[in-house]
Amino acid sequence: MASPKRTPASSDKDVADPKKRDFIVVATYAMAGLGVAAVGWPLINQMNPAADTLALASTEVDVSKIAEGQAITITWRGKPVFIRHRTSDEIARANAVDGSNLRDPEEDEARVQRPEMLVVLGVCTHLGCVPLGQKTSEVKGDYEGWFCPCHGSHYDTSGRIRKGPAPTNLEVPPYTFLSDTIIRIG
Amino acid sequence: MSAEKFSNPVVRWIDHRLPVFSMLDHTANDYPTPKNLNYMWNFGSLAGLSLVIMIVTGIVLAMNYTAHVDHAFESVERIMRDVNHGWLIRYIHMNAASFFFIVVYIHIFRGLYYGSYKAPRELLWILGVVIFLLMMATAFMGYVLPWGQMSFWGATVITNLFSAIPFVGESIVTFLWGGFSVDNPTLNRFFSLHYLMPFLIAGVVVLHIVALHRFGSNNPIGIDAKGPQDTISFHPYYTIKDMFGVAVFLLLLAGAVFFFPNAMGHPDNYIPANPMQTPAHIVPEWYFLPFYAILRAVPDKLGGVLLMFSAILVLFILPWLDRSPIRSARFRPVFRIFFWLLFVDCIALGYLGAKPAEGIYVVLSRVTTAWYFMHFLIILPLLSVFETTKPLPKSISEPVLSARSHNTGVGQMAPAE
Ligand code: HEM
Ligand code: FES
Repeated sequence: MASPKRTPASSDKDVADPKKRDFIVVATYAMAGLGVAAVGWPLINQMNPAADTLALASTEVDVSKIAEGQAITITWRGKPVFIRHRTSDEIARANAVDGSNLRDPEEDEARVQRPEMLVVLGVCTHLGCVPLGQKTSEVKGDYEGWFCPCHGSHYDTSGRIRKGPAPTNLEVPPYTFLSDTIIRIG
Repeated sequence: MSAEKFSNPVVRWIDHRLPVFSMLDHTANDYPTPKNLNYMWNFGSLAGLSLVIMIVTGIVLAMNYTAHVDHAFESVERIMRDVNHGWLIRYIHMNAASFFFIVVYIHIFRGLYYGSYKAPRELLWILGVVIFLLMMATAFMGYVLPWGQMSFWGATVITNLFSAIPFVGESIVTFLWGGFSVDNPTLNRFFSLHYLMPFLIAGVVVLHIVALHRFGSNNPIGIDAKGPQDTISFHPYYTIKDMFGVAVFLLLLAGAVFFFPNAMGHPDNYIPANPMQTPAHIVPEWYFLPFYAILRAVPDKLGGVLLMFSAILVLFILPWLDRSPIRSARFRPVFRIFFWLLFVDCIALGYLGAKPAEGIYVVLSRVTTAWYFMHFLIILPLLSVFETTKPLPKSISEPVLSARSHNTGVGQMAPAE
């Protein structure tokens, strides 16, 4: 029933200049592709953090109440931040190892602004659990720092990864000492 | 012409303009089906029923649920205590999710045993694996919605898997969260996607059925139907058999819902989410445990994540790993032994996924993980070449008829080869 005979415009062979035809086809696809991308981007980008989420990105904390050997946990960007007032023993232990030999090589002094005040994100760099070790009653792991119960990562008194699946040290967030007792995180 | 099949004039009028009745007739009535299907072939229809139950209970749950970190947990408790029959609807949704996975796992192992993934059913199999992936994503996001401790920490650990991707990992995780941790934006999008994905699954199920009907069901002896003597019409023979399966399924589901509604859940999920404290022992839902065991078997973060995803991806290429022309394990004595070893291996992985990742459990996880991949990547390709298979019957009817040779009337029907 359907006749195989085509109208001249429907076959490349019948076109005077097939290259011109190819160009038009490619240009049409390209324009359509650009259009889809331009409309698609806002639909995808809406999932990235919104302006108000970004605006909440700093927290101030008074550290004068933390006794030596104690630690507090505060919230920054919805995540726990560990602030530990380290004892001289803990500082000495953090400096006793050669940082360049560790899994994520880093010296203790590169991780602190004032050696007695260690500030790290309380987020295991493996898959994001909160490591134990903040309270004196909690297990601190083989290196006396923190221990992540989820898959068994051990961190030392500088928050560096020493054993277990986590790839990197506990992250040090950006922070500044506004005075001797007030820290602004973020 | 097709409209003449229907005696009802209204049906005929509609079908002439919109051939839905012909389509249904072709799919579930007239459809010639191998006559030797066993109960393993019930699980496809049960999976479909499970999807319907999930969608119906889910839509009514959504009428009472609030997707906000401050209200989600309480709204679920309100469903449990105050909403009329809310407890029933939620317990059905929770337990039917587990049953859905039980059914689909049996359905998958059925395919593995009887070689249903082999030509010409490769795409049918691949669509099935796609459904399985979508189901896992849906169930994962659903489990986040009640916003208990397991919801929160499950979401944290699973989304963090993507941080293992080199360079862009962190940005991807921030993108998934819509913030800097699992928080309100995450809960909102998970609810939106949890509502959407079952309908995507329904779409892929339609494709799955279209692909199925192209060549029809495989069967326990794995040879093609050679003609009408090997098949019976779907209705009433298999509709009634499927109905029997449905009755058993619903009985078991009701048993779980009414007597052990929380047996397959985790008590920690009745503690509201606390982003400052991880529970001492976090485990995913039981149906993810084998994959969780594989993740933890590897001491390297990226390696663990890659291996876990590979455990599913390997199913996509299975039709090309097992090149043996014989489908059914009934005629493959060595394959059959390895099939059962794989089955035990998967159960063992599930057991290990629930145990803490230390000591002997780590060693065993590594052995069972290695075996899982060896089965697909080494043993199956080798078996395709070296296994001596048993002779196949000439047709689906032959083994039945030769066993009952007194039934001479039917025995006259020679296979049309
Ligand atoms: C493939 C189908 C589906 C699966 C596997 C699935 C799975 C789940 C799971 C595992 C939960 C957590 C139950 C709990 O522990 O409380 C859940 C919760 C929920 N689901 Fe679904 N679901 C499906 C379809 C749907 C659909 C279509 C909707 C419709 C909007 C829906 C709405 C909800 C709601 C509102 C909740 C939170 C209330 C609750 O936790 O009980 N689900 N889902
Ligand atoms: S999340 Fe800490 S060890 Fe896995």
